[in-house]
This record gives sequence, structure tokens and C-alpha cells, in this order.
Amino acid sequence: MAGAKERILRRRIASVNSTKKITRAMELIAATRVVKAMQRANEARPYAVQITSVIESLAAGGASVSHPLLRKAEDVKSVGIIAIAGDRGLAGPYNAGVLRAAERQLDAARSEGADYKLILCGKKTGDYFRFRGYEIDAYYEGISDSPTYADAREVATKVMDMFTEGELDRVELIYTEFISMGTQKVAVRRFLPLEDTSSMAAGDDADSEALAEFEFEPSPGGVLESLLPRYVEARLYGAMLDAAASEHANRQRAMKAATDNAEELKTKLTREMNRVRQEAITTEIMEIVSGAEALGGDEPSDS
Amino acid sequence: MSLQVEVVSPERITYSGDAKLVVCRTVGGGDIAFQEGHVPFIGVLQVWEAKIVGEDDQSETFAVHQGFVQVARGKVTILSDVSEQRENIDVERARAALARAESADDDDAEATAAARRAKVRIAVASGEAVVTG
Repeated sequence: MAGAKERILRRRIASVNSTKKITRAMELIAATRVVKAMQRANEARPYAVQITSVIESLAAGGASVSHPLLRKAEDVKSVGIIAIAGDRGLAGPYNAGVLRAAERQLDAARSEGADYKLILCGKKTGDYFRFRGYEIDAYYEGISDSPTYADAREVATKVMDMFTEGELDRVELIYTEFISMGTQKVAVRRFLPLEDTSSMAAGDDADSEALAEFEFEPSPGGVLESLLPRYVEARLYGAMLDAAASEHANRQRAMKAATDNAEELKTKLTREMNRVRQEAITTEIMEIVSGAEALGGDEPSDS
Repeated sequence: MSLQVEVVSPERITYSGDAKLVVCRTVGGGDIAFQEGHVPFIGVLQVWEAKIVGEDDQSETFAVHQGFVQVARGKVTILSDVSEQRENIDVERARAALARAESADDDDAEATAAARRAKVRIAVASGEAVVTG
């Protein structure tokens, strides 16, 4: 029967249409989330800037202490890799980019003859490395969507503990940097050891003389000691916020593409369906006409 | 001319404005007040209240749970993980936290710190002087 093909097409159009509705909804959700995430990243910036400025002042004030977080290992035996990616997929190349960079770091560490430790944030990273049989040392999920400072602190504390206890000699942080709505880039950053305070404060020569008169309480070293962990936390928190904003931006883009594709597919299928239906109608008319003609031929035309 | 004051938490700027006096307590063990023209200063803050007295003698009180204070170029910046303005403190929650912390082990450092934070919160919220052991 001619209607069968049409029915199949009709069903496909309906399914494409409902997919389109879903991707459209996801696109809109991601769009609002990306705005919120950007806002949070902006709000968090003053703290990071201020902490850096305090460190700069400390460096200018001549505070140079040895702190466990500044320890530079001569011989790197163990490299920590922090990978921050999403809990959910459907975000285009977002997760894959981070995972690829993380695996590259891992290979690099192994080729140096160093051991590796994986600290993973996001369900996707856990799934990926677990599936490939890597050993995972710390795993956090449910924080990638909208990270809080407490989340960042939890992860940072864990990493700092591992570092100060000598389990790690170097830590790399891999996340997606949010440059603008249109551009996000996978970034690999040295997380620990921290560079020494004087190079953190690089490029601050103009101010340093005016600020050299700082008073410290309890002492420059004491301030630095409680400051450095906060600095590490703030850096991780900033990275997490960037990653969250990037994830939502990527998802929005991926879902927009999916919606557009669904739209296109729908147009194509509708055209196809109309053609098929037209064909069926034409055939039917032809059949009727030829049937009528065949019958009419037998009857006398002048009766 | 007055002091510019900012209270900054990791998540956002909680307070920003002008003031003629800022009082807070550092780990060194004492209250310290800043007025315009104070020597550049960096201190580690106690879990304590921070008071900001504005131009119009109106004061704002915050419960500050550790952090730093930096004074430079006529600007006071309080960096704190948690800083709560008096009006925003949830007293019920603080009391619950205090009860929970006090029922915990005595030598649990975490609980002691939590109790201390809760006490400061309650004191700040009720406008009393902070008294902790």
C-alpha cells in the first residue's frame, strides 16, 4: 500500500521534532547557566586579585620563608594530575579536550619515569580513566555544574596534604579556560609547587618601593603561612568556575548545532513525505481515471 | 577623605563602602583599629567580629571567620572565607551549630573551632560584645 512509506516518514518527523524540542530546551538552559557561571566567575575575581596583591606586598616587604607548598623537588618522582571536566555529556568537545590533555600529561609523566596520581573532578573524567584501568586517587562528582568555594577547598586541601606529605612532587592542573563566550581553551597549568613569592609578584616594581613599609601581624612568615593555602584554594576555585562556565558555553553551542541539524532534517523529511504522498495521490487518480476509462469505453457515448 | 573599605569573600564582594573607622582583631592577639592614613598593614584575622563605622556614624558589624586584612593607600580590604553581615546571620542555625559542636568531643579541634565560630556569629547577631573562651 502506498500509505506505508508516508506513515514511516511521518513517524520519523515526529521523533526528530521531539528531539529538537529537547535540544532546544537544553540550549536555553545552558544559555542561562552560562550567564550565571560567568557572573560567579566575575564575582570571585576580586578575592583572587586581592590575595595576589597581598602576596605581592609580602614579597615587597621582604618576606621570604620556606613553606612546604613552595618545596621544589630536585627529582620529580610523582606527578599529580588534577583534571576538571563535566559530570554530563552533550557538551561538544568539552570533556574530550580535557581528557585528552590529561592523558597526554600522564604519558609525559610516565616517560619521565615518574609515578602519577590522578585527582579527578567530574563524572566524565572518572568514567574515562576507570574504563581504561588507571588508578584513581581522588574523585569528586556533582560539583562541576556550579562549584562552591567549599568544594574547591575540599579538593585543594586533599591535594595540598598529598603534596606536603611528599606523595606528590609536582601537580598539574588541567581545566578549560573561559576566554569569552565564543572561545574556551583547554589549559594545563602548574599548580604546585607554587612559584616563589618574588616571581609571583613579578612586574610590580613600581609599587614595591611605596609598599615596602608594610607592618605585619603576627609576622611576614606567619601571614604567608596562612595565606598560601588560601591562595591555592582560590586558584583552584577560579579554575573550577572557569570550567563550569566553559562547560555551559560548550553545551549551549553543541545543543544549538543539534537543534539546527534537527530542523534541517525535519525540512528534508517533510519534503520527502510530501513527495511520497503526492505520488500516492497521483497513482490513485491514475488508477481511477484509467478504471473509469476502461469502463466508459464499453458504454455507448451517446446514450 | 575617608577610608575605602571592602569585605571580600572568595565568592563575591560582600561589602564595599566608605568608612572612618574599621576595627578588627588579629591573631597576634589584639583589636586593631584603622583610620585614614594608617601605615600599610597586613594581618591575619581571628574568628571575631569586624566593625566598620561609616561617615554617618552608622556601624556595620560582620562575623569574620579567619582571613586577612590589608591596609594600603587609604584602602582597607578584609579577605575572609566567610564573612557575614549582622542582618544576614541565621541565629537559629548558629545556635544549632553551637549545640552540635558542644555535644561533640572536647578535644576535637574541628568542633572547638565550630563552636567558636557559632559563638561569634550569635554574639554579632545580637549586638553583644563577643566573649569566647
